[in-house]
Amino acid sequence: MSILIDKNTKVICQGFTGKQGTFHARHALDYGTKLIAGVTPGRGGTEHLGLPVFNTVQDAYDATQADASVIYVPPFFAADAILEAVDAGIKLIVCITEGIPVLHMLRVKAAMQESGALLIGPNCPGIITPEQCKIGIMPGNIHQAGSIGIVSRSGTLTYEAVHQTTQQGLGQSTCIGIGGDPIHGMNFIDVISRFQADESTQGIIMVGEIGGSEEEEAAEYIQNHVTKPVVSYITGLTAPAGKRMGHAGAIVTGGKGTAEGKVSALKSAGVEVVNSPSAMGIAMKERLLT
Amino acid sequence: MNIHEFQAKQLFRDYKIPVPESSVVTSAEQAFTAVHALPSDSWAVKAQVHAGGRGKVGGVKIANTTAAVVDSVNQMLGQQLITQQTTAAGLPINSILIEQTTAIKREFYLSLIIDRHAEKLCFIASIAGGMDIEAVAAATPEKIISLFIHPAAGLQAYQCRQIAFAFDLQGEQLKALHQLMAGMMQLFLDKDASQIEINPLVETETGELLALDAKINFDDNACALHKDILALRDTRQEGEKENTAKQFDLNYITLEGNIGCMVNGAGLAMATMDLVKLKGGTPANFLDVGGGTTIEKVTEAFKLIISDKNVKAVLVNIFGGIVRCDVIAQGILGALAQIKTDLPVIVRLEGTHAEEGRALLHNNVAPNIIPAEDLDHAAEQAVALARGAA
Repeated sequence: MSILIDKNTKVICQGFTGKQGTFHARHALDYGTKLIAGVTPGRGGTEHLGLPVFNTVQDAYDATQADASVIYVPPFFAADAILEAVDAGIKLIVCITEGIPVLHMLRVKAAMQESGALLIGPNCPGIITPEQCKIGIMPGNIHQAGSIGIVSRSGTLTYEAVHQTTQQGLGQSTCIGIGGDPIHGMNFIDVISRFQADESTQGIIMVGEIGGSEEEEAAEYIQNHVTKPVVSYITGLTAPAGKRMGHAGAIVTGGKGTAEGKVSALKSAGVEVVNSPSAMGIAMKERLLT
Repeated sequence: MNIHEFQAKQLFRDYKIPVPESSVVTSAEQAFTAVHALPSDSWAVKAQVHAGGRGKVGGVKIANTTAAVVDSVNQMLGQQLITQQTTAAGLPINSILIEQTTAIKREFYLSLIIDRHAEKLCFIASIAGGMDIEAVAAATPEKIISLFIHPAAGLQAYQCRQIAFAFDLQGEQLKALHQLMAGMMQLFLDKDASQIEINPLVETETGELLALDAKINFDDNACALHKDILALRDTRQEGEKENTAKQFDLNYITLEGNIGCMVNGAGLAMATMDLVKLKGGTPANFLDVGGGTTIEKVTEAFKLIISDKNVKAVLVNIFGGIVRCDVIAQGILGALAQIKTDLPVIVRLEGTHAEEGRALLHNNVAPNIIPAEDLDHAAEQAVALARGAA
């Protein structure tokens, strides 16, 4: 069991024949992902990595009935790629691209509101259900099928949480990087609510960071709706105000979006907040034993 | 990306947002000429730096005579201006804006931002102008109006009227405010701004609306789409190290501690800084070397870190994903062979091929490279070594 994707999920890749698309599509195929086709405008009718290439997402969808699409196109073309996938009827869109202008994402979010499609990212590692389906740039080998759901705004901190839960013998049900941009697709609540409903997920690790208010909103949601143990790590306590810390969305402005505020909101919601990034796995193990 | 007030005001003029007559100067001679071209009873002399809070520290002066203007310009030019928003070193004053003054009746606040929760553009207006808006929001939230703009429908006339009536504006002023807000919207959308702030927006004694100050930030992700905006960048206002980092596609921010940090990934880089603090030390920088960690990138990152004379120890924290740790270890050794530093370098490698990576570091002869077993120990060692050296 898992959320959103499993061994039957049919995936297509936009930006398939590019350098990034090719590299990560190859890794996905090696992992066993049911990647079945790709899209590169102007390359329709050809083959790449042994898979058919289509000119448009609509063509690819009509031919394959794909469930999900992963996007590896450059930032200024990514909004177009997301909306093309939405219009074609793809239900799960995973956008890896970093550096998309915020106003582009503003329009994308408004345009896809009534489509029913789900967007993960952009500026994220993607989603993986270990030993079944990997959609994104995460290293498959550190994952292990298991019982912990992981959701994070940061790529490398997701890998830390994955590695630690693997070492503790817990493994992961599904891991999702929701991305480091201020305007993005699925948020903490969208993911955590699915983990709560998923039978195979026994505990949830949530990795947040400075900027915005999604952690605070998640805290309120957890308090009212989540019965599974939640362990959280929030980064950016030492980040100076007004500076963007790598991620476009990681910025404290006007005293809002501080790590302290997020930590205290989560703690009052009963979440165990660890103060070291290396303590996530062990804290979860202890929570599950008690 | 930030720009100067005088550049923001030029963009305002392009978008029919009224601003005072002014001239930007870089010498006393130019100031003398500028004053004569700007007939007025007095002039505002404003230091052009990328930071707010100038008025409180002598960065904005009112002068009543040509001689007083020239005096102020001479005092400011070439100085470092230290405000509550700058580092202790301050920012260099390379240019000065000389502006006609106007008799002011009332001051307002008006800004346009992206509200990430609502996922919409949002006008923020207040009758408490000329003050720190965050303080106003905290003390008297009823004085703040927020108006969300639907991405498809755009700015509506009624929304402008809402603010106009809250400001108690009359007759022609309603139209003037509408034009001003429409100009802000268009500028924001055309140039991919991330914030436009007018504080204060003033009503003059003669009833006109005028943007007395102007602040615009642009979305870094979109700057490549706007050559005209990129041309406004003033690298003298950005840190020297930050500028070098940009050349090599490294994400670097100077901090004030003594433990240099080199990390892959923005989240892990922040987490490393936090962990250093947790163990009783202070980070010297934020540095994300990014995904594909090459020898060249690692070398440049090391150079950048050790160019900071405060740094007493370097903590390298890498989680190898698709890039293998043994390749990263080779990169670190290659970089250190070129740079030859005596500073202790604590290296924590985890993830893909971590064992092989650590073995490479262990077999290396350089005594200052210290492989760490895990992240907590790495941070503790870095703090202890930095303290010992200090």
